[in-house]
Amino acid sequence: MEYRIEAPLKKEDTEKLKSGDYVYITGTIYVARDAAHKRMDDLLKEGKELPIELKDNIIYYMGPSPAREGRPIGSAGPTTASRMDKYAPKLLDLGLKGMIGKGKRTQEVKDAIVRNGCVYFAAVGGAGALLSKAITSSEVVAYEDLGAEAIRKLEVKDFPVIVVIDKDGNNLYETAIKEYCEE
Amino acid sequence: MRNIDVAQVTSALKDMCIEANHFLTEDMKCALENAAKTEKAPLGKQIIGQLKENLKIAGEDMIPICQDTGMAVVFVEIGQDVHFEGGSLEDAINEGVRQGYVDGYLRKSVVKDPLIRENTKDNTPAVIHYSIVEGDKVKLTIAPKGFGSENMSKIYMLKPADGEEGVKNAILSAVKDAGPNACPPMVVGVGIGGTFEKCAFLAKKALTRAVDTHSDIEWVKDMEIEMLQKINKTGIGPGGLGGSTTALAVNIETYPTHIAGLPVAVNICCHVNRHAVRVI
Repeated sequence: MEYRIEAPLKKEDTEKLKSGDYVYITGTIYVARDAAHKRMDDLLKEGKELPIELKDNIIYYMGPSPAREGRPIGSAGPTTASRMDKYAPKLLDLGLKGMIGKGKRTQEVKDAIVRNGCVYFAAVGGAGALLSKAITSSEVVAYEDLGAEAIRKLEVKDFPVIVVIDKDGNNLYETAIKEYCEE
Repeated sequence: MRNIDVAQVTSALKDMCIEANHFLTEDMKCALENAAKTEKAPLGKQIIGQLKENLKIAGEDMIPICQDTGMAVVFVEIGQDVHFEGGSLEDAINEGVRQGYVDGYLRKSVVKDPLIRENTKDNTPAVIHYSIVEGDKVKLTIAPKGFGSENMSKIYMLKPADGEEGVKNAILSAVKDAGPNACPPMVVGVGIGGTFEKCAFLAKKALTRAVDTHSDIEWVKDMEIEMLQKINKTGIGPGGLGGSTTALAVNIETYPTHIAGLPVAVNICCHVNRHAVRVI
């Protein structure tokens, strides 16, 4: 199925999305990758507040190239999600509803997705120029010193993603490969 | 003897960093065009279509093809009759990379220390491989390497008894483990023989060879063809979301090795298999 949905996510959206659906996201999403996740994890361990609101939000695992003058952002494709696996379950338990990245996730992340009724989307890896066209604004909201790894708030319009792991734990990386395997 | 000012190296490398990150070589573009025609999965076809569109936007609007503009790997082939003047060659190479990444709006992805991890903010230093060849020219090849696929690369120290089957299994298992993480369709660079570090170097070098060429050695050429077919039957497909295009090419380089060993390195590159070449 193909859907157009808004971010932050609504319960009715995460409930209807199935592994394999093609989705265009419009609205506000956050960007964080390795170093920002480590800092957020440290804050949580110290019992401190996070610099972003997690509830119903989507985190896009991404580190953009610098924007040229007059553009909101540079190249902006997904990075490998598995590097965030160590931190993701805790964030999902705290209300994060969606993640955009590329590549496999651990069983722990999958369990947290199912437990909390969330969704893991993939954007096409290595299509950073194309994906940047769906980003209308970008603002650093935390950890500016991290450069490309800072936390950003993005406004996106019809940002194209594919549902990989849905709220029931169906995983497109496993099912689609079987369908086309000729070994 | 021919004198070459190292400033020429800086200037060439600056341009090459920018070129490689915005334009793929013709052989890579053709490989994607062909894949768009042969891919069996509808979603796979759609993804390859997006990759073609992405390349078009990258070139027209000067937005890097991928946001991971890589760590700069530079191969420098120096003619033995060349004499460099005007400063340190290594400094000149790093200055070219610095200017290319800073002035070219490329992402700075290099940290100074592997554990302390402070960004150097200009993407230096480069990883530089020098070799001395005959003649009075300098050939520069830059291959900015993204780490989504670099992280999925592997080295196997096989035993001689593992033979051809062992090598083929090693290549296939590296590709399967990489799966969607390495941004398929991939280009698979393989080094067979030499020592631990030599086979890794060969695998990296293999990625800079055009994807529409084959090894001159008959058995190597046969293995390149066979392994590409096998990899494309795994079902991994574009984006790892299923399909018949998991790799665009398998390039293998070989070197003599020790009586006791059979080293195999598999260096995986995503579909953004970038490089630029200049001869000074």
